Amino acid sequence: MNNLMTKSTQNVMMKALVIVALLIGALFAGFPVLWMLSSSLKSNTEIFAYPPRLISESFSFDAYRAVLTNPEQLRFFFNSYLVSILVTIFTLIVGILGGYSFSRYKFKFKSHLNVIIIGVQAVPPITLMIPYFGLIVALKLYNTYWALILTYMVFTLPYAIIMMTGYFNTLPRDLDEAVLIDGGTSFVALWRVLVPISLPGIVSVGVYTFMLAWNEFLFALTLTKTNDMRTVPVGIQLLMGQHSYEWNQMMAMSVLGSLPVLILFLVFQRYFIAGMSAGSVKG
Amino acid sequence: MANITISTEAKTRNWHKTGKQLVPFAYLSPTILLLTVLSLIPIAIVFYYSLMDNVIITRDTPAFVGISNYVDLITDSVFHQALGHTLYLTIISVIAHLILGLSFAMLLNTELISPGMRALFRVVYILPWVFTASIIAILWRLMLNPNGIINFMLISVGLASEQIEWLSSRQLALPAVTFINIWSGYPFYMVSLLAGLQGIPKDLYDAGTIDGANRRQLFQYITLPQLKPIIISLAMLDFIWTMHQFTLIWMTTGGGPIRATEVLSTFTYKLAFSSYKFSMASANAFIILALSIIVALFYVRNQRATDE
Repeated sequence: MNNLMTKSTQNVMMKALVIVALLIGALFAGFPVLWMLSSSLKSNTEIFAYPPRLISESFSFDAYRAVLTNPEQLRFFFNSYLVSILVTIFTLIVGILGGYSFSRYKFKFKSHLNVIIIGVQAVPPITLMIPYFGLIVALKLYNTYWALILTYMVFTLPYAIIMMTGYFNTLPRDLDEAVLIDGGTSFVALWRVLVPISLPGIVSVGVYTFMLAWNEFLFALTLTKTNDMRTVPVGIQLLMGQHSYEWNQMMAMSVLGSLPVLILFLVFQRYFIAGMSAGSVKG
Repeated sequence: MANITISTEAKTRNWHKTGKQLVPFAYLSPTILLLTVLSLIPIAIVFYYSLMDNVIITRDTPAFVGISNYVDLITDSVFHQALGHTLYLTIISVIAHLILGLSFAMLLNTELISPGMRALFRVVYILPWVFTASIIAILWRLMLNPNGIINFMLISVGLASEQIEWLSSRQLALPAVTFINIWSGYPFYMVSLLAGLQGIPKDLYDAGTIDGANRRQLFQYITLPQLKPIIISLAMLDFIWTMHQFTLIWMTTGGGPIRATEVLSTFTYKLAFSSYKFSMASANAFIILALSIIVALFYVRNQRATDE
């Protein structure tokens, strides 16, 4: 009896401990985000008000209005959306084709190619940056969307191919063989049969690709020149220089700039986490 | 006659065979083209640049100078600093990510609270991951501002007596940037380790409990060994990624104050785009590549070992 009592008190203690730890962790993870939101709703003069308040007297959506009515800043968002969506579409198409090839065919240099694709993921962006600068100028792509789309694909494609190969490997070969027996080509088998049932894998690759493209900074900074070609991450940096620290606007832009990824993440959480952890462990 | 027919048949068959062998390459052709033009050739170019006296912005034709750029770099004190800071940032981040990621994953895996609460906490804990490096940089510049909320909180609870210049102090800038990197990077570990934890068979813990193991022993003899392959993969990937980190440092301190947070990537960028020493920058960039490949080789070997 006495033993049971201690067991249950022990459990209560343990539960309390876990909840306290969880709350401390949540504060560590979530407070900066809360502060971003709070600062975006203040006037710029109250940003460093003493004592700081989560909801200030100047509570308003003015900073958001300023960002959303500024054509230059809206252009950053347009560019980011355009580039990220196109990178995602192209990466998925090329990645599905590549993954299919790796999953269903035996061919010369297969293992070499595989090593190169895995190896590209370890190439530092900064190493590619210097030759890219010359190369992109030579290809007449400097300060264009294509410069960003093609360079981002170097970083998104290997992951897409590895993930799609893995996904196709889990699907039985009878599926595509049935199409071949009916006289269809492997191309038909891929797009009509395999792709529709691979949607969970495709979604997780797509979300990951979009996120990578949306967040990229280094190449967006080096390969574009004029403000009308800048993306959100670079645009935020420009905002810092131009307006002598309009903190509330920078925070509003940060919130707006994070929303697409946050929404994608919340909607596709399950696929995303599954894909991400599979990629990290087996990639 | 018969002979001829056979040989044509054989030819067609051969042709078919070669045709068939081309199919996988056809599917891979966009990938091969893209990775050749935008990855393999640039790596060759950067290596070539690193062996020349100066390139891109130069009046004379570049001359071959062998490894002299590398020799200059390796004897340069700024390079030593940058290498040291890179290792500091990387090693501390990897260790802290691992500890935080594992602790949070275990907290989120507990059955002491309801699944709904766990899901809620999970979303909050993943939050830092959603934000891009340039946004994280600006957010923390706001928070670490001498008049900012962090100093206010530290002074309120008595942990600091005056406003601390986190990002503009030579002593504190590197630890501060490392802290920001830790905050932004742990969710990736947490998510992977959480998946790993959920994959450990319950029987193992039951058997352990029957054998009289306590919580600490269960953790030491079951949880850790089961997670070991994931932990090694994560640590190596993180090592490579953190070594490449540019945006976060560039946008918080720009490598300053007075090179206090200069890492290999910011040093390379400055060599190229502020000093226009593209050859030196290329040599530096190639060294970062070599370091990454060494870690990546360990990663691949570890992957092979786990697969077998």
